[in-house]
Amino acid sequence: MADSIANDFALYLKMVSQSIRSQLQYRLSFLLMSIGNFVTSGVEAFGVWALFDRFGTLGQWSLPQIAFLYGLVNCVFAVAEGLARGFDIFGSEFVKTGNFDRLLLRPRSTVLQLAGHEFQIHRIGRFVQGAVVFGWAVWMLGIDWHAGKVLLLVFTFVAGVAFFYALFIIQATFSFWATESLEIMNTLTYGGVETAQYPLAIYRKVFRRFFTYIVPLGCITYFPAIAVFGIDDPLGSSRLFQYMAPCAGLGFFAAAIFLWRFGIRHYTSTGS
Amino acid sequence: MAQILVENLEKRYRIAERKPGLWGAVSGLVNRVYRDVDALHGVSFSIEPGELVGYIGPNGAGKSTTIKILSGILVPSGGHCIINNRIPWKDRVAHVAGIGVVFGQRTQLWWDLPVIESFDLLKDIYRVLPLAYRTIRDELITLLDLEALLDTPVRQLSLGQRMRCDLAASLIHQPDILFLDEPTIGLDAVAKLSLRHFVKRQNRERGTTVLLTTHDMDDIEFLCDRLMLINHGTLLMDGTVNDLRSSARRVVVDFEVVPALSPEHLALRLDPGAPLTERVEFQVSSQVPAFVSAITAGYPVRDLTVEHQPIEEIVADLYRRLK
Amino acid sequence: MNASAGLMLRLAPYLSVVAIRFKILLQYRAAALAGFGTQLFWGLIKIMVFVAFYASATSPPPMSFAQVLVYIWLGQALLALLPWNVDSEIATHIRTGGVAYELLRPLDLYGFWYARTIAFRSAPTLLRLGPMLAFAYLFLPLIGLSEWALPDPAGGLSLLLFVCSLGATLLLASAITMIMHIALLWTVSGDGFNRLMPGIVPVLSGLTIPLPLFPDWMQTFLYWQPFRGVADVPLRIYSGHIAATEAGFEILLQLAWTAIIIAFGYWLLIRGRRKLVVQGG
Repeated sequence: MADSIANDFALYLKMVSQSIRSQLQYRLSFLLMSIGNFVTSGVEAFGVWALFDRFGTLGQWSLPQIAFLYGLVNCVFAVAEGLARGFDIFGSEFVKTGNFDRLLLRPRSTVLQLAGHEFQIHRIGRFVQGAVVFGWAVWMLGIDWHAGKVLLLVFTFVAGVAFFYALFIIQATFSFWATESLEIMNTLTYGGVETAQYPLAIYRKVFRRFFTYIVPLGCITYFPAIAVFGIDDPLGSSRLFQYMAPCAGLGFFAAAIFLWRFGIRHYTSTGS
Repeated sequence: MAQILVENLEKRYRIAERKPGLWGAVSGLVNRVYRDVDALHGVSFSIEPGELVGYIGPNGAGKSTTIKILSGILVPSGGHCIINNRIPWKDRVAHVAGIGVVFGQRTQLWWDLPVIESFDLLKDIYRVLPLAYRTIRDELITLLDLEALLDTPVRQLSLGQRMRCDLAASLIHQPDILFLDEPTIGLDAVAKLSLRHFVKRQNRERGTTVLLTTHDMDDIEFLCDRLMLINHGTLLMDGTVNDLRSSARRVVVDFEVVPALSPEHLALRLDPGAPLTERVEFQVSSQVPAFVSAITAGYPVRDLTVEHQPIEEIVADLYRRLK
Repeated sequence: MNASAGLMLRLAPYLSVVAIRFKILLQYRAAALAGFGTQLFWGLIKIMVFVAFYASATSPPPMSFAQVLVYIWLGQALLALLPWNVDSEIATHIRTGGVAYELLRPLDLYGFWYARTIAFRSAPTLLRLGPMLAFAYLFLPLIGLSEWALPDPAGGLSLLLFVCSLGATLLLASAITMIMHIALLWTVSGDGFNRLMPGIVPVLSGLTIPLPLFPDWMQTFLYWQPFRGVADVPLRIYSGHIAATEAGFEILLQLAWTAIIIAFGYWLLIRGRRKLVVQGG
């Protein structure tokens, strides 16, 4: 078992390194794409700044607090998007073309093969942009750090990547049923990034519930952020809940894998 | 015991009907009509280890569906299938580790990687041991003459070169069964020949069981001892190439006068509807000598020829009559 | 009679290109539904963010909340007009070299692609406009959210001018999309340019944040750039933020930008074609 996992992981690393090497064949393209990624995601930061410039505050929330949320969700999303590319393009490049059959013909799990399909290095553009904003926010907020908070932040990061990765898996699963581009998933991926830039507390109850219990976006951004800020949650959550909240991101990932297996069963019984 | 055993295989697809025109498209938004299509209709056959079997039929006959089910990537709607004592779709990972599949229309290599790195990756995916890998890789490189291509990215290969690499890629894990789905499609004469020789050799020397679909009857003549013909999801013939040849012998007879043929002989005419003349063409499916002696004994015959029809034409005739 | 029949004959290829685009699009009902749901979601999230910002405004912002609502809902309804992506069909044509066939057709290449591009931009918009307006204008008040609903236009004249401006928007957005299509002829730098557009266009057109809410010192720059014409102008005409008396000039400005960008596109295409010929040889 452990041996098999190690073997799977070694294969994953090998596929990732091959993917990186083939992207680096187009050096200029990689550079332009990274810069493009930096700029396109950076204008969002500019938009948030412009609104604060116009209105001063967002209720009880300050610009550095928003910047913290913004930086966190952008870094997490950049990593997930880079890693989950195989699932992101699954509908158009695997189902529609029939290339998915090829993956089924290999004696490895489809999740592993798709995960290793491509690691998009130019997503570093968004990551750097998010990291800069995050760094500025941490510096401005003067957070009183202790080991618990650092651990929470690392945990949040991992769970956040798992959360967005899961969204890409769910998107890929849907394409077994409808091969057209499923824009609706963009509300949860790109829409999720935009939604999580602002505190969950400013949204209506239905949306808050949705983003806590169904698609637990708030659990990998808002709740842990409140704990790091060391403030009381206007929504009334307890400190313990805020520390435990990122678990929901891991649970969501498990649910997505379960859904994926179901999708494959459907695919192999109906054909392409 | 048979290596591949297929019994009463059935596959039914649901297809959404599209109505023509702009209004059809709009109404299709709301109310979609489905239609069931039977791709396979109770197909049965068995293949022994080391056989080289051609699987032919017109486009849409059910060849690809069969191959997909045999490779474990499609679950049939009914029937049984056992390959190497396994049900393909029940235990996909274990099953596919023992088979190799080549789709002529699609590559399994990584587009942007040099060929040799694709092989290396496949070695890891199939968990081939390093020593065994080196042996088999070098052997394939020699046999398929790949040495000069190894460092070229796949996207820069010609179709023939790519096909040779694909064939090698499908054999790196030394499968004992090989499915080839239209492997010679689009290849030039030289590439076709070298591919055929390689497949034959792989079958003879390694004993690899091969199931081959193709539209090129030269592939079949050169390679296959056994031939299965499918149309509309039903197996119509399972025999040797010679069976097929004798199944459709054409006999041209020049009679002295317009003959008064018996009903039995009338029915054997190639075109039963045409008016009778001195020259009559017969399509005889079996027992050609018996037929010839019956004709020469029964009617005044001036000349008689048994035509040796190219297999390509026999099959085309068959397809036409099957429609 | 003869002249008009001749005109129809000349226009026929362009019209049939538009018709085909609609047919293809209508086959994808899941995509249509998904697009609608997506835009609904974005609209609601945006509204909640602006509600929160407006609640904490210390001085009156340069745009009323009702005008922001117009901006958000009409912006969502017209999102597909925004020139941020390329027609994948044209893109594939260029990537695979199929563009050579286009050159064999007895048509003006720019005109042919422009017709396709107009169809590409307008078809999904028309498909989504109705449901979106029905939701924002009729449905929201029904479920007791009239404070979030799409307000009435500032007046009959404003509505009329809005429709005119929308026509200009389609022409302008398609002309900008054409630049993106032509840019594909330059594989690497064109790709880079096209990747920047999805980041830049929503901001400069006002869809990210209504342009009047940007800092005052940026307003002159924002006014004199072409992307304003693909969203900001018609939306503000509807809400009366641009008075009916000034709307005529704004529409002329949209058309002027369209002419400039078409001229630039033509020039670019001539240069790009030369490149094609060289590559093909």
